Amino acid sequence: MPSEKIDIDYVARLARIDLTEEEKVTFAEQLGNILAYVDKLNQVDVSGVEPMAHAFALENVLDDDEPGPALTVKDALRNAPAQRDNQIVVPKVVEDA
Amino acid sequence: MEFTADIGLEVHVQLKTKSKMFTRAPYHYGAEPNTLTDPVVLALPGVLPVMNKEAVRKTVLLGLLCKCKIAERCKWDRKNYFYPDSPKNYQLSQYDQPICEGGEVEIEMLGASRNVMGEHRMVQLTRIHLEEDVGKLTHFANDSLVDYNRAGAPLCEIVTEPDMHNADEVFAFLTALRNNIVAAGLSDCDMEKGQMRCDANISVRPKGQETLGTKVELKNMNTISGVRNAVAYEIKRQIHAVTSGEAIHQQTRRWDPVSQVTTKMRDKEESHDYRYFPEPDLMPVSIGAQQLKVLAKELPELPFDRQRRFMETLDLPYTLTSVLCPDKELADFFEEALADTGGKVAPKAVANLIANDLLRELSGGEEEGRLPLSACKLAPAHIADLTVLVEDGVITKQIAQTIFTEMYATGKMPSTLVEEKGLQAHSDDGELESIVREVAADPKHEKAISQFKDGNTKAINSLIGPIMKATQGKADPRKIQDMLAKVLG
Repeated sequence: MPSEKIDIDYVARLARIDLTEEEKVTFAEQLGNILAYVDKLNQVDVSGVEPMAHAFALENVLDDDEPGPALTVKDALRNAPAQRDNQIVVPKVVEDA
Repeated sequence: MEFTADIGLEVHVQLKTKSKMFTRAPYHYGAEPNTLTDPVVLALPGVLPVMNKEAVRKTVLLGLLCKCKIAERCKWDRKNYFYPDSPKNYQLSQYDQPICEGGEVEIEMLGASRNVMGEHRMVQLTRIHLEEDVGKLTHFANDSLVDYNRAGAPLCEIVTEPDMHNADEVFAFLTALRNNIVAAGLSDCDMEKGQMRCDANISVRPKGQETLGTKVELKNMNTISGVRNAVAYEIKRQIHAVTSGEAIHQQTRRWDPVSQVTTKMRDKEESHDYRYFPEPDLMPVSIGAQQLKVLAKELPELPFDRQRRFMETLDLPYTLTSVLCPDKELADFFEEALADTGGKVAPKAVANLIANDLLRELSGGEEEGRLPLSACKLAPAHIADLTVLVEDGVITKQIAQTIFTEMYATGKMPSTLVEEKGLQAHSDDGELESIVREVAADPKHEKAISQFKDGNTKAINSLIGPIMKATQGKADPRKIQDMLAKVLG
């Protein structure tokens, strides 16, 4: 059983997707199963085990500050559905992140 | 009822690097829109981030500059949100393991007047972390335009404790922080270019109450003065609300520089759930004690430390040091000029010429918009040469003014100008004596001379001007006085 009941409306809102009532039931159950599966990890005693950031024990992967090539404006905007003045046009947004 | 305001800041500073934080796409200010992108910046499928070594190095320097504890090891996290300024739908930032923790910045509060040094104190920092900048949105009536040039540029976020209590302290903090960062060459911190940005968390509480009031976040302040005005306004607004029986709601407000008020952007309930998680495509960074030792040697003398040294060891007055020291370029220029005089000239004479004459020329008589030192033709050697000429008595102070204007315009060395124009001070006593006799013989000075002879020693001062004029400003005023006394005595 899932450790907590999933708030499917909240998750859908965060992901900016609309779900039908049927989809909500389906996904709530599926996501609940995933949580239950991951919850098993909580049963493992990891006291004294150092958390790891990555499967490879590498650190300090750093690159010198030497600028490489930039895309042309044309290429940069190739995927933009709408553009004006070499910029991407998006619906008016006033909310600040 | 009296209130205490508590203010904490989140200051974003763009680091001076040639390429972006997690890719080598070029970055600089003022490029045409969308010319500084690459597949990583645009988050095209399959791309991987690679960290900029210089950005990490500069952040550690910033941490050392602010006396932070530098993490032995730190990692990066994804901050998830949907907004068109971020093509990835997440920003790479540091959540629970920032590069720098704690720290402090020395500030100077307002003095009793401009000539008096204000009290100094430390403002406590919470942390400094390294993240990437986001793109720039320009809003129009019906849509918004996105420029991704700025997206992915290295950005440091400096978070303070709620350790400031009025708008002047906030102003002092931002000024000191900027001076320190610019002096260390980490960023140019030009707020109008977005290289330094500031959000403020403000709350008020009845004086004596221990717990902080409900905080309001202020955004959209584009100059250091703008921050001061916005904070001053918001404190008054909150105190007025509380005394009128209104509750302060946790919200984000926007400063409107035109109408000079803050307006509500959003309430806390609408706030974001960023779902931070560790970035799997970046390896952690570890910073060793040896590396910290090496970097510590690169730190500049901080402006306030330099100011104390100038006052204590060079005996410069506060007013001169408060002009020279906040600007590293100017203070360096002064020290070079002083060294060029070979110890012949008092530091104050050199400092005066730079803080008064040179800055007057560079600012063109206006308070704002001073030209940078690099825009003028003068080197420290010019200043040194001029002060030595005066000190050695080769030229008078009056002539020095003329030469200053001339050398500022032409870039010629003062010694050369003195030679070319024959501006050497009058050293021929015989010639000076004849000029003094000539002027004294003018009937219009008869009255002054008779008053002088009656014991009014000040009466002959009216002759000094005409004599100085007759020598084309080349005579030493003290010498004229002596000669007058001799001729009339």
